[in-house]
Amino acid sequence: MYVEMKHINKTFDGFQASRDVSFGVEKGHLAALLGPSGSGKTTILRMIAGLDRPDEGDILIDGKRVNDLPGSKRGIGFVFQNYALFRYMTVAENIAFGLEVQKKRKGEIKSRVEELLELISMKDLGKRFPHQLSGGQRQRVAFARALAPNPQLLLLDEPFAAIDAKVRRELRTWLREMIGRVGVTSIFVTHDQEEAMEVADQVILTNLGRVEQVGTPEEICLSPQTDFVREFIDAKRFEALMGIEKEEA
Amino acid sequence: MKKEEDLEKNINPDAVGDGIHSIQKVIEPPKHASRPIVKYILIAVSALFLLVMLVIPLIVALVNALGDGWAAYKEAVLDEYTLKALALTLLATVSAVLVNTVFGMFAAYLLSKFYFRGRQALATLIDIPFSISPVIAGLVFILTFGNIGWMGDFLKAHDIKIVFAVPGVILATIFVTFPFVFRELFPVMNAQGNDEEEAAALMGAGGFTIFRRITFPHIKWALLYGVILCTARAMGEFGAVSVISGHLRGKTNTLPLHVEILYNEFNTTAAFAASSILVILAALVLIARNIVEWKRK
Repeated sequence: MYVEMKHINKTFDGFQASRDVSFGVEKGHLAALLGPSGSGKTTILRMIAGLDRPDEGDILIDGKRVNDLPGSKRGIGFVFQNYALFRYMTVAENIAFGLEVQKKRKGEIKSRVEELLELISMKDLGKRFPHQLSGGQRQRVAFARALAPNPQLLLLDEPFAAIDAKVRRELRTWLREMIGRVGVTSIFVTHDQEEAMEVADQVILTNLGRVEQVGTPEEICLSPQTDFVREFIDAKRFEALMGIEKEEA
Repeated sequence: MKKEEDLEKNINPDAVGDGIHSIQKVIEPPKHASRPIVKYILIAVSALFLLVMLVIPLIVALVNALGDGWAAYKEAVLDEYTLKALALTLLATVSAVLVNTVFGMFAAYLLSKFYFRGRQALATLIDIPFSISPVIAGLVFILTFGNIGWMGDFLKAHDIKIVFAVPGVILATIFVTFPFVFRELFPVMNAQGNDEEEAAALMGAGGFTIFRRITFPHIKWALLYGVILCTARAMGEFGAVSVISGHLRGKTNTLPLHVEILYNEFNTTAAFAASSILVILAALVLIARNIVEWKRK
C-alpha cells in the first residue's frame, strides 16, 4: 500500500469528523473518497495533505509515517475545491509557483511549465489570468499547478463540484486519462457516485466519519457490505455499466 | 448582462468594488420611468450643500489670505513659526502613517487569517479612536504620561518628556489615526479567504513569500487608500494635539494649532495664509485619493 490510514480519529470542537478510519491505496491507483456531505471525506483528505492533524492514528505515505511532517514536505500535490488559483499571477506563473519555491533553475522551470501547458492543452493561454478563464480551464490549470513539482501523491478535493454538468463528464474522462498518463497515485473526494464509479480504480465509502467499505467499483456494486452502502449506491445504474464492461471483456 | 460564470460565483456583475466595499453600479432607468425634475432637484440640493459647506469657506479663506497682497501672504507663509509648525505637522503625519501602516497590516493579517479567542474584542479595541472625542484622547495621554500621571514618576526619573513636548504630539496623532489603515485592509483580507495562502503554504512557500506574492498584490490599493486617509486625518488633527501640546510656539505647535494661535491674536491674514497651506495639502491628498480610487477599478 502506498498510502495508508490506520485507525485515524479526528474531532473538531466536540464534533467527531473521523472515527477509526483505516484504508490503503495502492501505488499508481486512482482512489475515490465517496460519501454524503459531512461524512468526513474532506477531513480525511486534508489530514493526508497535512492541512489538519489527526488526534489519533497513523498516516503513512510510501511506508513512512508522516503525521509529524508538515504538508509541504510530504511530496503532495493538492487541487482545492475552488482551485485557489493565485489571482494576481498568470497561468504560467501559477504553474511555475511550486517549482520556484523549490528554487529550481529558470530554464528547468520554463520547460516544465511548457510541458504541462501542452499536457492540459492550454499552450497559448499561459499569459492569461485566472479570471479570464472558464471554470473548466481553471480546473486544468489547478491540476497542472499541483503536478508541476512532481508530487508522489495527488489529492483532489471535489474537483468537479464547481463545474456545470455538461463539461463535467468530459473533464472527468480527461482527468482519468491524464492521471493515468502521468502515473501518479491519486485520491479524490466526491459526493457524486457516478463520478466515483466511472473514474476510480478503488472506492472508499464514508458515512458519519466512518469508512463503510473499501473496494473496486464492481465489488461495491455486487457485494455491498453494509446497509448504508446498499442504500447509498444505486447499484442498478452501475450494473448496466458493469454488465456492458463484462460483455466487452 | 449577467454572465453564466458570474452567476455561478454569486458575483453581481452590476456592482463595483472589491466584494466588500461594493456599491450597485448606477444603472440608468429608462427615460420614461423617472421624472427628470427629481434628478435636477437632487443635484441642486447637493450642489448647494457643497457650495455652502465647502466651496464658499475655501474661497473666503483664500481671499482673506491674499487680502493684504502677495507680499504679506509670502511673509506670513514663510514666517519661522509657520514653517516650524508645518515641519511638526509633517513629522507627526509621517510618523503616524508609518506606525499605523505597520500596525494595521499586522492586525488585519492576524484578525483575518487566524481564529482565536478575543478576536472580536481586539477588533473593537482598534476602533476606539473613532468613538472617543479627540480632546478626551489628549486628556487621557496627559493623565497617563503627565507629571501627575500614572507613568509620571517613571518618566521624570528617566528625564523623558512626553506631554507638552514633540513625542506627545506624535503619540496623539498616532492615536487618532490608529484605525484607518486597518479598516481599509481588514475587509479586503477577510474576503480573500485562506485558500490561496493555504495552497501556497502546501507547496512549501514560507511566510514572507506568501505575503509578498499572494497577500500583498491583493491589498495594494486598499493599503494605499488607508495610508491616504491616515495622512489626511493626521494633517488636520486638532483636538487631541491641542490638549497635549502646550502650544509652545516653534516647538510643539502643529500647523492647525498655529492657525488657531494666529487667529486668536487677531492676526487674521496670517491665520488664513497658514490655513491655505493646509488647504493645498488637502487638495493634494484629494487628488492622490482620486487617482488611487480610479486605479482600484
